[in-house]
Amino acid sequence: MNKTFSIGGIHPQDNKFSGDQPIENFPIPKRVFISMNQHLGMPAVPVVKKGDPVRVGQLIAEPAGFVSAPVHASVSGIVADVASYPDFMGKKVLTVVIDTEGDQWLDDIDWSPEIRHEITDTPQEIFKKISASGIVGLGGAAFPTHVKLTPLEGMKPEYLILNGAECEPYLTSDYRLMLEHGQEVLVGGEMMRRVLGNNVTGIISIEDNKPKAISLMQRLTSNYLQWKVIPLKKRYPQGGEKQLIDAVLGRKVPSFALPISTGAVVQNVGTAFAVYEAVQKNKPLISNVLTVSCTDRSIQKNYRFRTGTPIREILTAAGAMEKDGTLLPQFAKVVNGGPMMGKPVVYLDGPVMKSTSGLLLFTEKETKRKNPGECIRCSKCFQVCPMRLQPYLLYQLALAGRTEELEANRVFDCIECGCCLYSCPAYLPLLDQIRLAKNVSLKNKRKK
Amino acid sequence: MNKLLVSPAPHLHSKDSTRRIMRDVIIALMPAVLVGVYFAGLSALLVIVVSVTGCVLLEHLIVRYLMKKKTTVHDLSAVVTGLILALNLPVSSPWWMVLIGCVAAIGIAKMTFGGLGHNLFNPALVARVFLLISFPVQMTDWSVANSLFRPDRWELPKGLLGAQGQLLDAASGATPLGIIKEGLANGLTMETLSQQHDFSYWHMLFGRIDGSLGEASALAVLLGFAYLLLKKVIKPIIPLSVMVTVVIFSGILWLANPSMNADPLFHLLTGGLLLGAVFMATDYTTSPMSPLGMMIFGIGIGIVTMIIRIWGAYPEGVSFAILFMNALVPLLNKIKPLPYQKEVNRG
Amino acid sequence: MTSTLLCTILSLSLLGGLLAVILYIVAQKFKVQEDPRIDQVLEVLPGANCGGCGFAGCRAFAEHYVNNPETTDFFCPVGGNQVMKLVARVLGKEVREQVPKVAVLRCNGSCGVRERLNVYDGSPVCAVAADLYDGETGCSYGCLGMGDCVNACAFDAIYIDPLTCLPVVVEDKCTSCGACVRACPRNILELRPKGPKNRRIYVACANKDKGAVTRKVCSVGCIGCQLCVKACPFEAITVTDNLAYIDPDKCRLCRKCVAVCPAGCILEINFPPKKQVTENE
Repeated sequence: MNKTFSIGGIHPQDNKFSGDQPIENFPIPKRVFISMNQHLGMPAVPVVKKGDPVRVGQLIAEPAGFVSAPVHASVSGIVADVASYPDFMGKKVLTVVIDTEGDQWLDDIDWSPEIRHEITDTPQEIFKKISASGIVGLGGAAFPTHVKLTPLEGMKPEYLILNGAECEPYLTSDYRLMLEHGQEVLVGGEMMRRVLGNNVTGIISIEDNKPKAISLMQRLTSNYLQWKVIPLKKRYPQGGEKQLIDAVLGRKVPSFALPISTGAVVQNVGTAFAVYEAVQKNKPLISNVLTVSCTDRSIQKNYRFRTGTPIREILTAAGAMEKDGTLLPQFAKVVNGGPMMGKPVVYLDGPVMKSTSGLLLFTEKETKRKNPGECIRCSKCFQVCPMRLQPYLLYQLALAGRTEELEANRVFDCIECGCCLYSCPAYLPLLDQIRLAKNVSLKNKRKK
Repeated sequence: MNKLLVSPAPHLHSKDSTRRIMRDVIIALMPAVLVGVYFAGLSALLVIVVSVTGCVLLEHLIVRYLMKKKTTVHDLSAVVTGLILALNLPVSSPWWMVLIGCVAAIGIAKMTFGGLGHNLFNPALVARVFLLISFPVQMTDWSVANSLFRPDRWELPKGLLGAQGQLLDAASGATPLGIIKEGLANGLTMETLSQQHDFSYWHMLFGRIDGSLGEASALAVLLGFAYLLLKKVIKPIIPLSVMVTVVIFSGILWLANPSMNADPLFHLLTGGLLLGAVFMATDYTTSPMSPLGMMIFGIGIGIVTMIIRIWGAYPEGVSFAILFMNALVPLLNKIKPLPYQKEVNRG
Repeated sequence: MTSTLLCTILSLSLLGGLLAVILYIVAQKFKVQEDPRIDQVLEVLPGANCGGCGFAGCRAFAEHYVNNPETTDFFCPVGGNQVMKLVARVLGKEVREQVPKVAVLRCNGSCGVRERLNVYDGSPVCAVAADLYDGETGCSYGCLGMGDCVNACAFDAIYIDPLTCLPVVVEDKCTSCGACVRACPRNILELRPKGPKNRRIYVACANKDKGAVTRKVCSVGCIGCQLCVKACPFEAITVTDNLAYIDPDKCRLCRKCVAVCPAGCILEINFPPKKQVTENE
């Protein structure tokens, strides 16, 4: 029996329709909107002005501190504007707009398809390249990768877990990446492993609904002594950092502690691929793979896209738009990311980000929330909560605004996986209120 | 242009809903209902129909005209209450008594507290106890003589019915629990009692009217239990802990003095124990939410039931036991689950 | 028979006596010394426990008021000057009179003037929506219209007008406790002096975007054009971050700003209807 995490979890239909679609290179858009806020932490500071010519891979914004990441041009052309533009949520963020002209790469970038196996850089050089390439966690949270690879005092990394669980339904970008670029992923992972320390064990964890990826990675890791593949039993939210460490190592990350405290560092397989490209090919993070999917067979694709491509263009190419530029009438919602934790798309002209892993389209029937009823105290939310919280209780406390009690009931442990709201038979907006309470008390704490 | 829907994650929902859960409970109750109707004929059907219609109608009227809200009957919870109430009544219950039961269940026990999810006590059980105290004669009249189709007029398989004697015994109006309670009180021993009466486990398992409508067949209840488990509507903790407690409790007494105490299997299969443990103790609203709470709840029900059965005034105590433990549920819900990081680490 | 009675009487009185002694000892031991004036103050307070004074409830207010004799800043907005005078009489000290206030909505973007660009489908709570994104309309400052203020109001003084989709403050019921101000995630409710004869003028907009941006999303948004600033003879209006604000202390209710505002976002409340000057033309 394959391993899995020990508490809670749900089994939504995985709907990985686009699993057999190879990754297509998405055509370079005429204009890209590169947000300065594509990572957790301080927004990057632009170093280009309106009218500057830029080439692909050129640095256009510098990190504004340690927990921040640089941003690079994903196309070549002229900077059209550096100003506030709405992102896909409609929030205005500082954005560098580039009008595309040709496809001129920086000279030192190796963009040949040939795979470079041997690692010539020292761990220090690898680390430098990672932080200079603007690599962020591509699993969704977009946490700057170099921060995670920085050793903390008193914490010794023992394991590097490459997260290929992809537990979110619909998404297949990590799966396709492993199938098509398994070797590169492994080399990237090996480099991160060397950064963490030579005695660290590398683990690739993949859910068992992706048998092809498991067998491929198993074959590839046979050449790497310090690497192994651990297949996991399909279950959501296995890809959550804490759940993954529990599933793979049987260790639990304490509240308020970093995963490294259990001796494990988790990196997404997409991040590993980005590290490979950054170190072996000198190519900064300017593109990523995303899945466009829905229940309609004809709109199921995997694209390698340039950062900053407007969502509208991707959806149009995938066939989800009418000729007049509106969304096909059957779709009511577009989600950036997975259906369980992804953010809703509010503004279709907004750009995709470094960490965008999917654009999912849902019909009104699939996604429209039903009217909430009364809590019948079935305790399903408690049974599915992977952090062993009592969502029904937190919900009530959040409604009453009882901050101290919320904290006493560990509201900050909530990973916002959405299991509670997903399984509530009364359709109560449990997570909405809990997330709000969490954010409000975090804000109040910061004020103090 | 169609406007985009916007909501926080998650963007999907499981197929679970209150209505679906209630529907599953109704399906799980069907074997018990069918067995009841099979053995008691139209009169059982009458009790069930009156009870269900009464509960649904009453809930609709109260929500619509007293609380002035949108009706909530479509969540089917009133149907479940009505069915369980019917299963808790004697086959020969007069229709007006069933209706009074509906008022007690929906009007007093459920809607007074605010409706589904707010009631402290199981509505059907409140109604049953209400009726038991108000109409002791009708509520302990286990005869099927009043029924339109008496079972002895039916061509029933011989194996199920047994000899003519048992049928008359059943119709004479005493449950096995009642018989031993009175017998033991009068100084008789278990041996003499089981010689006089035929307490066949076969009958208890497969069915014979010797109590309320739903107490006819233990097997039918267990079938419903299996369905609920299969559909993941309930967790097995509460029913199992009730059963295990009853078996252990009665087993100790039986081993100590077999002539004055009935054996564990007898206690397990007779009366409303299984029905109560599977369908009434597991009512979401009136049972604890944490596994530990559920276990304490089940053990409590088992102990109180046995205390009433052996030393109490009533021959049967499941309803009282469940109501008693219902009152403790808010307290049991204070039990906090183990914090995540306090879990024992495997690695 | 007699002995039974006697026994009962004796044992019960014994028990009673014992319990009385225990109660007395406990009462003595855990006695809390409390200023009797706290209860007296509490008696004159409205007892709404709304938190408008900044304390958890009326009792907390009374305690703080009695225990800090030097401060005079405490004020019960619900009871107003009348109640505060009574409180002052209890304690024998002066109270600074405050002008009566009322909550006003600094947004006039009713459903007609702001285009709805998307449909919010999360839980119908302003705070949840505000936590997620900028709202259904393009205006990231305006009212979300789901009524967090209505739910916060303990006095039934706010309701959502179905025609405008905006909350309406009922002047007579509003006690200026400030619960709605705290509840609003967009911070668009403001406590303003009721003004003489309940007349007041304020800018019904909170949009700090540049004029062009504001105009795109809302036809009655303040565009920061400064016309009102120039029109005001009393220097009561300032524009910061493309948003005009009328200082209620300086405003003399001349209504010149109302006339010049091109967006019509300066509202005048409780003035008699204007005479038709244009009749002859």
